[in-house]
Amino acid sequence: MAEQRERPLSPHLGIWRWGPGMAASIFHRISGGALTVAGLAALTWWLLALAKGADAYGDFLAIAKTWVGVVVLIGLTWAFFQHLFSGIRHLVMDTGQNFDLRPNNAFALLTFVGSVVVTAALWFYLLGAAK
Amino acid sequence: MSLGDSSTELGKVRGLGSAREGGEHWISERVSSLALLLLGVWLIASLLFLPALDYATVREWLRSPLGAVPMALFVITSFYHGLDGMKVVVDDYVHEPGNNFALNTLLLFVAVGGASFALFALAKIAFGG
Repeated sequence: MAEQRERPLSPHLGIWRWGPGMAASIFHRISGGALTVAGLAALTWWLLALAKGADAYGDFLAIAKTWVGVVVLIGLTWAFFQHLFSGIRHLVMDTGQNFDLRPNNAFALLTFVGSVVVTAALWFYLLGAAK
Repeated sequence: MSLGDSSTELGKVRGLGSAREGGEHWISERVSSLALLLLGVWLIASLLFLPALDYATVREWLRSPLGAVPMALFVITSFYHGLDGMKVVVDDYVHEPGNNFALNTLLLFVAVGGASFALFALAKIAFGG
């Protein structure tokens, strides 16, 4: 292996100026981490409760319907759609597209608008249907 | 440069990048993201279109092939993709080789363990009495 020099290692949050592109990038990472840790834990818990029986599933639903549970689930829904939309943006950029400044910023902003709108619509429907 | 080996020749010679490797990992993360695009939208849509989310309805759905099979694929792919993503974060922030190896190994064990519990639960729902 060639001689190793000290190289700059990513990411340097402290020296970046906030803008749509870097915000979409860092929220991609944050939402991915949240989905992996909290999302997969919730998915596994849900499946284990379903497997155990009606009482265990009832306990799961009771916790999910507390205000803390609903806030966590809304947060995970937002993280899911934010990660999905900014993931699509990353896949588009992986093909070498969307690197001009204005369209790139516009796509980055759209991921946030899209995730908030879809999450809000979905939960208005869910909370409306629950009544 | 072929699929699954996306390092450039010069990059290989110099051993560049914070992890010194990763072309295959980069491709794998993107292929699993495409699978999750389909499976994730399927999961959200399924939960929305189920008549209710009570015990009997959800179990009946997960006992049918069109519920159980995509759910098994979702569990496997989401743990796999989550592990891929967490490895990128660990490699970015944990530079000391021993700590990096320890944390990546811990993540691997937690991901395989978690996925196994989720799949066991799903199998019990699908095949149990």
